[in-house]
Amino acid sequence: MNSLKPNEKLDIRYILKDLENYVPNRRPWVWRDVSPQEIREFTYMQASPGLKNYVPLPSARYLGEIDPQPDSVITTEIASGRFEDDIRRMRMAAYHGADHIMVIRTAGQSHFDGLLEGTPQGIGGIPVTRKQLRAQRKALDLIEDEVGRPINYHSYVSGVAGPEIAVLFVEEGVNGAHQDPQYNVLYRNINAIRSFVDAAESKKVLAYAGIAQIDGAHNANATARDAWKVMPELLVQHVINSRFSERVGIKADNICLSTVPPAASPTPDLKLNLPYAVALREFFSDYKMRAQMNTKYMDSSTREATVTHVLNLLISRLTSADIQSTITPDEGRNVPWHIYNIEALDTAKQAMVGMDDLLSMVELKDTGYLYNKKREIQERSILMMEEILEMGGYFTAVEAGMFVDSGEYPQRNNDGISRDINGGVGAGTVVKRDPDYFAPVTAHYGFNNVEQYDKDAIDDPSSLIDGCTFEKPELVKFIDELDESDNVYLRLDETEKFRKGDLIRPEVEWLGDGTVVVDLFFPTTSKVAEAAAVAAGKKMNLINVEVIHKEVLHPSEGTRIQIKGTFAFDIEVDKLVLPEEMEQLSEDELLAFIKKNPIKVVAGTGGNDEHSVGLREVLDIKHGGIEKYGVKYEYLGTSVPIEKFVDAAIETNAQAILMSTIISHDDTHYKNMNKLHNYAIEKGVRDKLILIAGGTQVTPEIARSNNMDQGFGRGTKGIHIASFIVKKINEMND
Amino acid sequence: MIERKDDYLQRREHLKSMSDSELKKYFFELADKLVDPLLDLSYKNTTKSIERSILLRMGFSSIQAKEIVEIISELDLMSKGAGHCIYAISKKYNIGIEEAGSELINGKHVEFLMEYFNKNE
Repeated sequence: MNSLKPNEKLDIRYILKDLENYVPNRRPWVWRDVSPQEIREFTYMQASPGLKNYVPLPSARYLGEIDPQPDSVITTEIASGRFEDDIRRMRMAAYHGADHIMVIRTAGQSHFDGLLEGTPQGIGGIPVTRKQLRAQRKALDLIEDEVGRPINYHSYVSGVAGPEIAVLFVEEGVNGAHQDPQYNVLYRNINAIRSFVDAAESKKVLAYAGIAQIDGAHNANATARDAWKVMPELLVQHVINSRFSERVGIKADNICLSTVPPAASPTPDLKLNLPYAVALREFFSDYKMRAQMNTKYMDSSTREATVTHVLNLLISRLTSADIQSTITPDEGRNVPWHIYNIEALDTAKQAMVGMDDLLSMVELKDTGYLYNKKREIQERSILMMEEILEMGGYFTAVEAGMFVDSGEYPQRNNDGISRDINGGVGAGTVVKRDPDYFAPVTAHYGFNNVEQYDKDAIDDPSSLIDGCTFEKPELVKFIDELDESDNVYLRLDETEKFRKGDLIRPEVEWLGDGTVVVDLFFPTTSKVAEAAAVAAGKKMNLINVEVIHKEVLHPSEGTRIQIKGTFAFDIEVDKLVLPEEMEQLSEDELLAFIKKNPIKVVAGTGGNDEHSVGLREVLDIKHGGIEKYGVKYEYLGTSVPIEKFVDAAIETNAQAILMSTIISHDDTHYKNMNKLHNYAIEKGVRDKLILIAGGTQVTPEIARSNNMDQGFGRGTKGIHIASFIVKKINEMND
Repeated sequence: MIERKDDYLQRREHLKSMSDSELKKYFFELADKLVDPLLDLSYKNTTKSIERSILLRMGFSSIQAKEIVEIISELDLMSKGAGHCIYAISKKYNIGIEEAGSELINGKHVEFLMEYFNKNE
């Protein structure tokens, strides 16, 4: 398996083979190749080249399966605790447009003093180790070839082992990293001095390899009581990390600000978020924007989260986003599942493509509320910096509780996060370098007395040891497994039966996990509905039934409940009855036959049905419809009375009727089919006419059992229908 | 911090007349003043993690790096650099970097290091 094929599953055991000798393809971060794209009759301005293999948005079915790619790098965060299962999700994500894949670390890793090794299972993330990174990078190297676009791999350089993690990332081809010492200090209670000293080394290492850095300011949003009141402080946090990074050596265009629109509807979302977005981008125009989405006000409704995210995407399009993050809409209720990573990616792609080139049509006002508010946020942030300097600098301010206070600066509510300069994890562990301090390696920050050994090696200290791992990857020491009772091979063995392909279970994150969601409505109060839902789940034979979402439709008339549970049965693939494949003739065969034997059809949407998009797709030459193969059609329009189809067919001497029937409530589509059949009999033409029904709820089986000659459902192309008509005519002639 | 009401309007007096570009310039001047001491601190100091990261780059595994830094920290030689200690052993005994590290882990060369860095007084 040197390359991946769309119709073959990725073999995890192949990925794990010979890992000790694997060297990643590249180190630096890669931006998309931003350029206008002509696709069909559309020109996309904020765009990048398309993919070799992809899954387009659902509605692309009506648009020749186009899949325009926006300009921003699009992120997805994947970390279920089992990196081997995450690899499959990464491949799915890449098909949906992700080119930045972030791996969340397991709980507690940031307080681990050193590197973890092997492949233990994680909680809420994965233990980031050399073996895990190398396996995922190897898989991503294959996946990026499959989709035809570089994929940036990303994780975290924080905690008390930052510099080691940074070195590991360079060696293992990780292209993006979160690095912000303020995150350590404020949210991980790691000693502030230790955090900044470590950070400088980490940043120097990241700079060397061209790894993009994302800061941690967005965490203030997530922590502060009223997230929109920390806006002035956010600018301060961003600039501390950005300037610190730049002066250590990271290029400005690899310094990315993690920015979140602080508020979410039902606040007046744009009124709060847009001035902030403008203030930030004006001050930080030299840096890159990583637009993260608001999660502070996220609940268990995936619909609500999606709307919040679309509003955030509007902010991105009204201002800018170099990296567009996606947060899975289920993050408010569980560790993200496969389907929600994909939903979030599709949301971002759909919204960004839909809002393409927005600023060529509207512009932001530079007077009035927007300007005044923007300026106010900027001034407040400056005032905060002035006070920090007056107090004696960053450490004193942190100690005093200046940061993450719930008051909008200069207001203070005495509830900020305060950290003792001499306290926290790793306090007192910083050692002053002596005048003869020396380190014979590349990308080392700070004082380094190289000249005591060789004046000529000052710019290349590692030349004193004939190169370090950065120049000579073969020097890297690979450690395989350290724990015989917790590693990937044991987990693979446990689920092996699902990997062979003959048994299958529903899944949300881990192979064979059996988790399912059931969406229920009960005509009662939320309390009763909740209990009823759990009871219903148990009667469905689900195990570990849990309510994951509740929405009151009316206090007494009804409640919607979503439950999850485990479906602990294996499905035998061999015993499944699979839907029949639509046969198709070659284009040449069709063209030749129809040229000799002209075919005419009448078509329209039947009854009271105005949905004609699908029908136009299978008719028009422009969309690859039957017209392309020489079939002439008489389009009768929408909401065509059933009788009219037959009368028109007789009148125009057509051989076939194409009736589109989308509406399915009250079995309207079945009724229309039978009515068409019966009327054709009544007129004495049934045996001469080919009757075809189509629509999203139509299947060949349903159509035939309702007296049609054939039915066509989702995904039908003109060639399928033309092929069927030609074959049927041949049959009738025989 | 002690509670206080929003006094933005009083505090902003000196910023009021600045143009947008002057404001931006001032913002970054303040930022540099804030990070200057942080950079200086980082320039002059080291930590166990930094030293381990240096040993990784010199070709040691994470387990070896941890063991070496613990030994060097016990000897109070972190201020010289862990990589420096290994380099000195390798030069003195004309052995490879990896060998120098393994031998230190196995308890050798402590006396040499103490002498080399004048730590015996």
